[in-house]
Amino acid sequence: MVEKVLMKGNEAIGEAALRAGCRYYFAYPITPQSELPEFMARELPKRGGVFLQAESEIASVNMVYGAAACGARAMTSSSSPGFSLKQEGISYLAAAELPCLLVNVQRGGPGLGTILPGQADYFQATKGGGHGDYRLLVLAPDSVQEMYDFTLLGFALADQYRMPALLLADGALGQMMEAVKLEGEPKPAPDKPWAVAGRRGREKLNVVQTLALDRDELEAHNRALQDKYALVRRNEVRYEALQTEDADLVLVAYGISARVAKSAMAKARAKGLKVGVFRPITLFPFPEEALFALAKQTNAFLVAEMSCGQMLEDVERVTCCQKPVHFYGRTGGHLTNVEELLERIEQIMAGKAVR
Amino acid sequence: MEHEVMFAGFGGQGVLLAGRMLVYAGMLAGKEVSWMPSYGPEMRGGTASCSTVISDEPIGCPVVTKPSAMVVMNEPSLERFERTVRQGGVLIINSSLVKQKAARSDIRTYYVPMNDLAESCGDLHLANMVALGALVEATQAVPEAFLQQAITKHFAGKPEVAKKEWRAVALGGGCVAEARCAGRR
Amino acid sequence: MGEKLYAITEGLQDTPMHYCPGCHHGVIHRLVAEVITEMGLLDKTILVEPVGCSVFAHNYFKVDAVQAAHGRAPAVATGVKRVRPDAVVFTYQGDGDLAAIGCAEIVHAAMRGERFTTIFVNNAIYGMTGGQMAPTTLEGQVTTTSPDGRKVSHAGAPIRMPEMLATLDGAKYAARVAVNTPANIKKAKAAIKEAFSCQLRGDGFSIVEVLSACPTGWGMTPVAADQFIGERMVQRFPLGVIKAEVEADGT
Repeated sequence: MVEKVLMKGNEAIGEAALRAGCRYYFAYPITPQSELPEFMARELPKRGGVFLQAESEIASVNMVYGAAACGARAMTSSSSPGFSLKQEGISYLAAAELPCLLVNVQRGGPGLGTILPGQADYFQATKGGGHGDYRLLVLAPDSVQEMYDFTLLGFALADQYRMPALLLADGALGQMMEAVKLEGEPKPAPDKPWAVAGRRGREKLNVVQTLALDRDELEAHNRALQDKYALVRRNEVRYEALQTEDADLVLVAYGISARVAKSAMAKARAKGLKVGVFRPITLFPFPEEALFALAKQTNAFLVAEMSCGQMLEDVERVTCCQKPVHFYGRTGGHLTNVEELLERIEQIMAGKAVR
Repeated sequence: MEHEVMFAGFGGQGVLLAGRMLVYAGMLAGKEVSWMPSYGPEMRGGTASCSTVISDEPIGCPVVTKPSAMVVMNEPSLERFERTVRQGGVLIINSSLVKQKAARSDIRTYYVPMNDLAESCGDLHLANMVALGALVEATQAVPEAFLQQAITKHFAGKPEVAKKEWRAVALGGGCVAEARCAGRR
Repeated sequence: MGEKLYAITEGLQDTPMHYCPGCHHGVIHRLVAEVITEMGLLDKTILVEPVGCSVFAHNYFKVDAVQAAHGRAPAVATGVKRVRPDAVVFTYQGDGDLAAIGCAEIVHAAMRGERFTTIFVNNAIYGMTGGQMAPTTLEGQVTTTSPDGRKVSHAGAPIRMPEMLATLDGAKYAARVAVNTPANIKKAKAAIKEAFSCQLRGDGFSIVEVLSACPTGWGMTPVAADQFIGERMVQRFPLGVIKAEVEADGT
């Protein structure tokens, strides 16, 4: 049996990355994720890997681009303002279909915002973020254990679909410690015959590039990307549904806010209120069908997130106006709050809520 | 049963480590645990604090806003956190540094001379372990045996250090136990 | 039966280039490819190409290639070389790419002493986007974004990158060459060879700036453009080896 260890979320990502065979990590310091580069700086050299503190977020994501082009499992991490800077490189990674793991330990924005937790990078994470038509495979952990598990999963899915995966966490998950079981075998990296290496006797040249000045060529490439994303939508949707079967009201929340929603659900149930929780685990692909189906059986939704209403738009979109969608959000570094959420639940269920 | 415990003090007083030891012991006892530091501007110079939760149920929010028990190791922390303690909760004050008394009467308050007791163990840096001992004695948040195990494991390879740390824990616990007995009399 | 005096080098693909008449990219491509071939490195070389006129360099060189975002070639090459230290890696960058938008990346790659080689093609203009002012545009030079000529009081004086990079300990070889005359072409090839040797020895970062003609962007005939390099550009950008440090224990 694997013993549990007490670990910070940021460090759990690092542990899992090492276990996944990631030996190349490039990043720039930013609160609240700096424990991750610090961990990698300590641990990677011991395992023959390379930790490099880059001159900028832009450089670090491009170093990942170079390493991933060589077929290596590589990663970078940052927090909101830094992650915005990486968007250029992420667009190129997506265009060149280079697998890698990206980590955004979100803080409150916009601008420099705060170093305290936030969830307001949802649009950026799930709708593209940089220029062009592309998506990332976005995993949203809600515990330190999942920080670990989804790092392993993220590397595997990135390789499987040849696309960047994003672990979307927040400052609370990054900073907090919980008990973690360091287990689970990572999928080994598949062969990457497309990787650049120098020809080494190969007749065909391997070229990683993203420019297509020919209209038809670029459109075909875009269609191929979309086909891939369709496949991801079919195969990789992950979510957690708790007590939704008989729920009159379903709370929809991801990440740290999902924990708060679960606490609120327990308190509401104790008061006899039929409340359930729906937690998207993959934010792309978003669990569209499951939520659409849920809309047929429940009476209303309440979206809780640390933003002014970003995932809210997806919940509204996929439930197609079947049932009212209410919203509770906190920003500025405030976490969503159990008592406030419970109050909203009671208002809604008493029919007093104004949308 | 859920314990939501906060430790607060100056940066350097070891409040983060005290919290970590508590949740480490909780984890060894098979409980759900979380530890969350305050981070940000207050990390440097001013007040440092951490939230810990020890529970039989999965933990929701790791940030404690209404602690069931609160340890304050300096005066600014008392001013800031006294009012947050839950009714009927526990407040433990480092009376070596905090000369003020608690204003509230709806909570159980213990005065523990943490710095003095630490110095009597030969190291002022043990004040956080004195605080931890006092907290565990006052709340029974974790069984003593697991706390001892946590300290032994944390200082694995340094049995002498572990011994000193444990002595400080015992002194803190003893101080609370004594106060409780005095209260009964 | 005559003697074959000139043939395409093994390091280049046998395909027509898209460069304008009189452009020096073709000459520079050939020199780099000849050096790589002659040094026996063709099989383990990786090109990191820029955004600019040479964005399709992978269509010409017979090596594996990674196309970088604008200015980011040194960061991409860092990632490549760190994963494949046994490969020979070079970036091929223009003046806008290297000296403007990618200035931070090249400076820090040089500072770290990254063991790759940079071929820096300075034609004092943004060619691909239609002839705008570059950081290396000469004082008084007319471009589409300096229609009255570059004014130093407004845009600063042209930047001398190898001299600047040579101040960094990690940069071990820095030179400036031109390819506007046969004699200069020979010297350019020697410098390029020296830069790759520096990389092979593992000494550190190496860069060769090549003054290059852009007759289209400059609004000149190819011949006039070659003369412009010899008469005007070399005044601001003197030719020669700026730094050549061989590590004592370099093997």
